[in-house]
Amino acid sequence: MHSYKGKAISWELVNGVIELALHREPCNEMGTLFLSELERFTAALPSLEESAHALIIHSVLACGFSAGGDLRELYEGIRTTEEKAALAGIRDFHQRIHRAMNVLDATTLTTIASVHGIVFGGGFELALTCDLIVADKTARFCFPELRLGIIPGFGGIPRLKRDLGNAVVRDLLLTGRSFNVTKAQQVGLVSQVVAEGAALKAARGTASQLAKFDRSTAAAAKKFIKPIPYQELQQEIEIVCDLYARPKVQQALRKFVESTGAQPYLP
Amino acid sequence: MRSQQQTTDEILDLAAVQFKVPRESLTPDDDFFQKLGIDSLQALSLLTRLEQHFNVELPDYELQGVSDFRTLAERIQTRL
Repeated sequence: MHSYKGKAISWELVNGVIELALHREPCNEMGTLFLSELERFTAALPSLEESAHALIIHSVLACGFSAGGDLRELYEGIRTTEEKAALAGIRDFHQRIHRAMNVLDATTLTTIASVHGIVFGGGFELALTCDLIVADKTARFCFPELRLGIIPGFGGIPRLKRDLGNAVVRDLLLTGRSFNVTKAQQVGLVSQVVAEGAALKAARGTASQLAKFDRSTAAAAKKFIKPIPYQELQQEIEIVCDLYARPKVQQALRKFVESTGAQPYLP
Repeated sequence: MRSQQQTTDEILDLAAVQFKVPRESLTPDDDFFQKLGIDSLQALSLLTRLEQHFNVELPDYELQGVSDFRTLAERIQTRL
C-alpha cells in the first residue's frame, strides 16, 4: 500500500521517500487508534522498503510533533474496567507499541523525524526511533512521566541511553524538565536546527541526498551503528506495568485528567 | 545587564507579537493564561521564545504556579 489516509496518521511514498504524517487533534496523542494505524504502517513497511530509501515522520498539526501517550484514554480504561483486566490491557498496549517502535527503529531505510513544537513523552519516544532528528526552533523535548509517578513506556529510556550521555538522560528523566532545541542540539539529540516551519523541507532535502547512496551499504552501516536494546526495552515494559498497578499512579492520572485549569496537574 | 523593568517590557513585547494581542493591553500583573487565552502547551511555546530571546534556560519547575508576567520576569532575571 503506497499511500494510506487514516484518522491519526497517513502515509505516502513519493520518489523513494515515505512521508508518515501525524494528524490527530489535539496534539497527536497516542492511544489505541494511533497504535492500530501505526501497526498498519509497520505491516506495510516491508513492501514499501522495496521502493524507498528514506522515511520521514512529521506532524501536520500546529501544536507540534506529539504530546505523547493518550493519558485520558488510559485513565478511562483504568476507571471503567476491572483492575486485573485494565492492567492486562495496559500491558498489551505497551507490548504492541514496542513491537511497532522496534520495527521503525530496525527498518533498513534511513529515518528522519521532522519535529516542531511539543515533542513530549511518547512523541519524543517516536522521534527517538529515527536515525536523525531535524527540528525547527519551536521544538521542545520532554519526558514528564516521573511527574505522574511513571516512567516513559514506549522505549524512551533504552533509546535515550543508546543515543545520549547518561548525565543528559538523568537530567531529562529525573527532573522531568523540557529542553529547547538549542539545548537538544548541544547534547547531540538533534542533528539539524532550522527556522520555524522549515523542518519538513530540511528533512526532504536530507532525504533527497540519501537517494544518491547505495541502499544496501546504507542499510549495512545502519545495522552496524544503531543497535537495538531489546533486553532493556522488555525490562521497561515490566517496570511500566508494575508502576501502573500502584494506586498513587492511578490517583495522579486522575488528577491530571480531571484538571480543568490552564495548567494541568503536573507536580 | 537588563533591569527587571526592561526584562518585563521585553516579555510583554514578545508575548504581544507571538499571540497577536495589542501590546498596550498587556500589563506586568496580568495572568498570561487568561490575557493571552493560552493553555499550558502554548505557554511552553512562549517559554521557548523567551529562552531564545534572553539566551537562558528556564527549567519548567521554576515556572510551576507562575501565571503573571511580573513573576515570569523575576524568574528570568535570576538567570541573566
